[in-house]
Amino acid sequence: MSVLQRDPQDQVRVLDEDGTVVGEVPDIDDETLVDMYRNMRLARHFDTRAVSLQRQGRMGTYPPLSGQEGAQIGSAIALEEDDWMVPSYREHGAALLRGLPLKQTLLYWMGHEKGNEMPEGVNLFPPAVPIASQIPHATGAGWSFKLRGEENKAVLCYFGDGATSEGDFHEGLNFAGVFDTPNVFFCNNNQWAISVPRERQTASETIAQKATAYGIDGVQVDGMDPLAVYAVTKAALEKARNPGEGEGRPTLIEAVQYRFGAHTTADDPTVYRDDEEVEKWKAKDPIPRLEAFLRETGRLDDEKVEEIEADIKQRVADAIEAAESDPRPEPSDMFDYAYDERTPEIQAQYEEFEALREKVGDEGFLRE
Amino acid sequence: MSAQNLTIVQAVRDGLYTEMNLDDEVLVMGEDVGKNGGVFRATEGLWDEFGDDRVIDTPLAESGIIGTAVGMAAMGLKPIPEIQFSGFMYPGFDQIVSHMSRFRTRTRGRYTLPMVLRAPYGGGIRAPESHSESKEMFYAHEAGLKVVIPSTPYDTKGLLISAIRDPDPVVFLEPKLIYRAFRGEVPEEDYTVPIGEAAVRREGTDVSVFTYGAMTRPTLEAVENLEEEGIDAEVVDLRSISPLDRETIVESFKKTGRAVVVHEAPKTGGLGGEITAIIQEEALLYQEAPVKRVAGYDVPYPLYALEDYYLPSVARVEDGIREAVNF
Repeated sequence: MSVLQRDPQDQVRVLDEDGTVVGEVPDIDDETLVDMYRNMRLARHFDTRAVSLQRQGRMGTYPPLSGQEGAQIGSAIALEEDDWMVPSYREHGAALLRGLPLKQTLLYWMGHEKGNEMPEGVNLFPPAVPIASQIPHATGAGWSFKLRGEENKAVLCYFGDGATSEGDFHEGLNFAGVFDTPNVFFCNNNQWAISVPRERQTASETIAQKATAYGIDGVQVDGMDPLAVYAVTKAALEKARNPGEGEGRPTLIEAVQYRFGAHTTADDPTVYRDDEEVEKWKAKDPIPRLEAFLRETGRLDDEKVEEIEADIKQRVADAIEAAESDPRPEPSDMFDYAYDERTPEIQAQYEEFEALREKVGDEGFLRE
Repeated sequence: MSAQNLTIVQAVRDGLYTEMNLDDEVLVMGEDVGKNGGVFRATEGLWDEFGDDRVIDTPLAESGIIGTAVGMAAMGLKPIPEIQFSGFMYPGFDQIVSHMSRFRTRTRGRYTLPMVLRAPYGGGIRAPESHSESKEMFYAHEAGLKVVIPSTPYDTKGLLISAIRDPDPVVFLEPKLIYRAFRGEVPEEDYTVPIGEAAVRREGTDVSVFTYGAMTRPTLEAVENLEEEGIDAEVVDLRSISPLDRETIVESFKKTGRAVVVHEAPKTGGLGGEITAIIQEEALLYQEAPVKRVAGYDVPYPLYALEDYYLPSVARVEDGIREAVNF
């Protein structure tokens, strides 16, 4: 029986909180397993450094991901080269795996539009800030592949538990069900939409069960168990590309997890949740779980862990250095990307802007 | 070039048909656009011609229609979502202003949206509540969108083809009051009318009257009536309200020194204010009278028993023109 064909309330798990195998370990080679661990450590370290940059005034508001590495890396590593990813705004780890350099993620949160200019061949949509609004895009992208007969492509779309209350969640999943599009809808249920708990979003017992109403598969997975996340995402992506007889393409995955930190650096979670709850979830931290499993099965040792730690520190330091030394974007960019060509009005406004800039200098504009 | 005698709604249909034949990436989607051919018949026969994958009946969900079209367009298709009446665009408003208008900018051109969002709009057809408003300024105010409003069958087809071929998203508002009001010659072949260029419908020397969409007809009628009073008015049909053809507006105004703007959208925040500002910026010293705005009132659009009092009528336009001329 496929890992997807189960009661949505029956959570898929492979590792328990100590990293002991309690389910079926997915078929995944040693190198990929260690890579998964490396990228989870990288995402955690990046996150810690990014929060610290914000605190030091070197970066703007930033949404942290700590605690969610298992869901992000476990799912993104299941993508095939031709698949696409449609993120919300917290998937820095997943985006990195899809090919977006860390430098660009930093630039975006430093206020540079350039951070969103995906390199050619990186099959990734830009972050979507309005909640759930990216879900119909993912359906539309998947739909376009189906209409063109590009059967080798699936679309993985991320959103949070709060997004499931929005109309666009309903419309996106409903269209996917009706038109049987190659989509995997991945809900990072991290229990909190800023200060509003999961119970305030829906009276449904699970989010996964909402799939039933759209006529698509729904599965709940332990989102802090990267192997379980990998298993369900892999199966869902394969089904999206190549459904079996009588199977539909789309799947809703609910990855149950917790964000250890704030919604963004602009809020203080101690106001709305207690330490006891945070500690309870920290016991499920995906990183030590995977590490224990990898050590236990002889895939990881102290030496390898040291190598990984040195590597990720270097990569994050290099990315910060590169982002911070990137020149401020040219103001002309604002005028260049509104349309394919500047309209006469935009051109006139640009000329007026440059004439004034010439007269008063950049200091006439910049607030420091 | 062979020509047909078509109404505006037939010209919409003909524009879609022509371009769908030329470009496999073009598809139509929306509520009742398929088998039923659209509630106004704007997509009549297209489903038979192009099939389910290119003329798509969608669920009843405006945000879903616009949002999935955004995803398709980002992947290179050229979707033409139809919203059945412009009064139902608001559930999709977030998709329009957060995504349709912003995708090119937010990705610095990596993803662009070659899509056309079509909707019948405007009043005067004795329709139920929420079927008659003119909210074109919502979209004109949104940088990153183009907003086109045709007033003749010829322009409708030519502008629609321009919109479909435009690399950027276009909001194409069709004045449903004149969907079937008259016929005009429309070439069978493909041709374009450039977006952002106004048309001078009547040349004159005393006053410039700027209008667009369904208001072009009462305006022309008013101007003809005023000939008897010795008033020689110029009528400029803007055709696109974003981008706006400043050059033609200013050129006309410099010739006449007097301006009237006619639109059915509410006066405050309407295009009349924008045209007034352009005149102030570009031709202040030519001005001989205050700019007169003949527009919808700043009240919610009334149910149809009162709509004729709300919409600019021939008499109101005449009165506005006299006021500008006799100042």
